[in-house]
Amino acid sequence: MSVPYALLALLSEGPKYGLRLQTEFESRTGEVWPLNVGQVYTTLQRLERDGLVASEGDGERSRKRYAITSTGSQELAEWLRTPPELVPPPRDELVIKVLVALQIPGIDVAEILQVHRRHVIEVMQRYTHIKAEAAEDDVPLALVADAELFRLEAIVRWLDAADARLKQLPPPNAVPPADVPQEATRTMEVPQ
Amino acid sequence: MTSALELRHVSKVYGSGPTEVHALNEVDLSVERGELVAVMGPSGSGKSTLLTIAGSLEEPTSGQVLVEGTDLTDVSRSDRAKLRRRSIGYVFQDFNLLPGLTAIENVTLPLELDGTRSRPAQETGLKALEALDVAEHADRFPDELSGGERQRVAIARAIVGKRGLLLADEPTGALDSLNGEAVMRLLRAATRRGVAGVVVTHEAYLASWADRVVFLRDGFVVDQTLAPAGPESLLAAGDR
Repeated sequence: MSVPYALLALLSEGPKYGLRLQTEFESRTGEVWPLNVGQVYTTLQRLERDGLVASEGDGERSRKRYAITSTGSQELAEWLRTPPELVPPPRDELVIKVLVALQIPGIDVAEILQVHRRHVIEVMQRYTHIKAEAAEDDVPLALVADAELFRLEAIVRWLDAADARLKQLPPPNAVPPADVPQEATRTMEVPQ
Repeated sequence: MTSALELRHVSKVYGSGPTEVHALNEVDLSVERGELVAVMGPSGSGKSTLLTIAGSLEEPTSGQVLVEGTDLTDVSRSDRAKLRRRSIGYVFQDFNLLPGLTAIENVTLPLELDGTRSRPAQETGLKALEALDVAEHADRFPDELSGGERQRVAIARAIVGKRGLLLADEPTGALDSLNGEAVMRLLRAATRRGVAGVVVTHEAYLASWADRVVFLRDGFVVDQTLAPAGPESLLAAGDR
């Protein structure tokens, strides 16, 4: 989870109170990721426990001011350069659905692909709408929206490619009967 | 209310006999002023044919095409040409600017062909270039402009005057993502000023700028998006 690092990044500008960290977090992530103040304080507590931030001020959490420690700065610099997990989850739900659909006789797989294509594009329209309505210089918001848009576009491209591959298949009556001996199940390993 | 563009049961067949190709099959489509519609579909699905028929650059084999209420199959060839010049603007992937003319001359050409005199044509043309933020390049030739600027001039030419229908075939094809986005922003802004827009694209990133996305497959309209929900629904999804 990147919230602790986002807070460390905000603190690298200088010491701040929890409430200010919350508002800054939201405004700088394009207000697409809501973060409640309770989450901010529990995160700060954990960061303090691990020696990544230090607090000054007494008693109540809202009156404490937090500062990043040198260990915190090091940790943040390392995190920025650590590649995120790029290996996909082993079972992508959409891929599974299409694979399952292929096994069901009489199902129009192209129609299933289109249902998902339309849905994904409708979600994309909503992100684009946010971008279109925002000020053109709202770079954080555009970055967040683009990240989602390009991720969703990749799904549409996969659907398009699946569609084209299925078109190349022989018509259904040419498929051999179901009781012919099957090949051993294939597995696909992603090299680590 | 009369739609800016209406296709009624439009079919297009190329060739005959064994080589017959059904490019469009019974296509119905209405586009209103103020609306931007994207047409998506794989290669060979009939996207470009739909656009050339909507723009009366080609005639349907059967069915009707109405531009601002006028049935194109009902009018003479010369009236059709007039309608094309006055009411319909085209934007192409490769811009199609005339290399021997400056930006402003490219933009005013359709007006002058239609009989508008030089001075009022200049004024109208300059306004269109201003709307697209390229007025300062009015006297430059196409090869003195960047790809993005050339496409802006091409859009200015398409919206100049009082056109009600803007047709664009892969208008961002040769541009990078951000220039492509800028073009979609401009097309959207043009439709917000009261033009009806139809954009053919194979890129979902760009199609998502449209108010409505229509999907073509093998010449049939197979699906279209529903009216987009507001952005609130995304925030709600994030809270789960």
